[in-house]
Amino acid sequence: MKIKLVLAQTKPKKGDYSANVAKVGEIFTTLAEKGLKTDLLCLPEACLSGYFLQGGVLDVARTAEQALADLQRQYQPYAKEPLDICLGFYEAYQDEVYNAALYATLGPEPQLIHVHRKLFLPTYGVFDEERFVGRGQRIQAFDTRFGRCAILICEDAWHSLSATIAALQGAELLFVPAASPGRGLHSPEPDNVRYWKRLAQNIAEEHGVFVINAALCGFEGGKGLSGGSSVVDPTGVFLLEAPVLQECLLPVELDRRDLLRARYYSPLLSDLRAALPTLLRELREVLP
Amino acid sequence: MEVLKLTHDTTHPLALHLELTTTWLVEFLRDEVVRRRGFRRAVIGISGGVDSSLTAYLAAKALGPENVMGIRMPYRTSSPDSLAHAQLVVDALGIKSLTVDISPAVDGYLKLFPDADPRRRGNVMARTRMIVLFDQSMAFNALPLGTGNKSERLLGYYTWHADDSPPVNPLGDLFKTQVWALARHLGVPPVIVEKPATADLIQGQTDEGDFGITYYKADLILHYLLEGYSPERITEFGFTSGEILLVKGRLDSTHWKRSLPTSAMISQTAIGEYYLRPVDY
Repeated sequence: MKIKLVLAQTKPKKGDYSANVAKVGEIFTTLAEKGLKTDLLCLPEACLSGYFLQGGVLDVARTAEQALADLQRQYQPYAKEPLDICLGFYEAYQDEVYNAALYATLGPEPQLIHVHRKLFLPTYGVFDEERFVGRGQRIQAFDTRFGRCAILICEDAWHSLSATIAALQGAELLFVPAASPGRGLHSPEPDNVRYWKRLAQNIAEEHGVFVINAALCGFEGGKGLSGGSSVVDPTGVFLLEAPVLQECLLPVELDRRDLLRARYYSPLLSDLRAALPTLLRELREVLP
Repeated sequence: MEVLKLTHDTTHPLALHLELTTTWLVEFLRDEVVRRRGFRRAVIGISGGVDSSLTAYLAAKALGPENVMGIRMPYRTSSPDSLAHAQLVVDALGIKSLTVDISPAVDGYLKLFPDADPRRRGNVMARTRMIVLFDQSMAFNALPLGTGNKSERLLGYYTWHADDSPPVNPLGDLFKTQVWALARHLGVPPVIVEKPATADLIQGQTDEGDFGITYYKADLILHYLLEGYSPERITEFGFTSGEILLVKGRLDSTHWKRSLPTSAMISQTAIGEYYLRPVDY
């Protein structure tokens, strides 16, 4: 089975939820006008508001159900066909604000399938997330019509254990919406983009999963969210490498048959399952 | 068995990929000036020095030369070279230009205080230039661009609420030596890049003369200090303790200059303490 994925590398309008929902609507229109048959649309972290909001998260946070309804309204002209969507937004959930990402199906029967709340909230250097949003508690793979998926948001993916848990839960497609401020301009790509590509490739190769890293772009208060999104197949081959700083739509086809091929030739996930009891015993010993 | 001594190919710690840096700063100007703040035009005080020249080159690329106004603001003691070099930039880029002699304004004020020392006079000139720059920005429906580099910001080598006041500054995270490299790359006339850097507030003054150390050394020491190296460890890179302490002293004594004014906090909604919204929100 082949999955027609479009990765949208976007520059949100800062702090303007409605404008950014409308922008997703413009993407729906563009896909329809260009005849780009799309199964799955992936957008970056915080793409409905911009990333660096400080206390502004309170103004833009919406429930996942509200976000789904707003997205479905934008999709209504094209709603004969279903479209799956994965995007990051600031979420109001049980009277707290989270940096979250939803996976939903839009179309004739809209359905919210999963919400992931970011666990690792960077609060150092240029980052200050934990001051403004709550910490998610779960990594949960979930089933979709394209296979089993999981979401990790930005720093969640920097910890190898997160992707390991998702893979052990059976994830085959790993969505990683991100917002990464560019730094280190020593080579043709910023250091952070090079790191992200290394990371995406390592996760894909280690666990035999597709990794879809949708990165926010545009400057926010002098900090250049770099873009440079990528999609890697389960053998570690880059299917897509987006330019830095440029807002763009990037179609790519994922062939699920690569999962079997990758896991046959590099059965690391299977090895991990076998060694898991030993690892868990070791892990318990280092727990505080 | 043979002992191999292999070393990494270490590039200079301040080396930049100049093409990427250009793209980065051009996109920065487009996003921050046009997208975020809704201006199409920019004004830049062009002194004939490398910082303002490079800023003009970047702005012309980002906004188009027709949308950039270079303003020369000489004082009667300013070097004639400054005026000529600023004109080179205007001619090379085809940007709009304006010359405003600040001497009558500066002298009109200073005649009330004839004993003002050179430092006070320099500050009055710098602040008068900002009055002109901000006023002309309104006349030209433009945003003023700053031209301060990271070295002078870290060393506190500027007039507070003057050079540092424009709301958007493309060079603020580039050390002076990086400014020179990028200026050469973008074709800023060599006569501007190669001349000794000067604030041109006092005749014969140079930045490096004022500091007592070259930018080449100061930039590297600042780089290592900001990277968390101790002064003792920085001596391993070939700098003397005196050089390191000179730079560290300037850095440590000027944190206030890189901050907003201090307000007394009396509530749980104090601006910038509790009530936190980013500049572009």
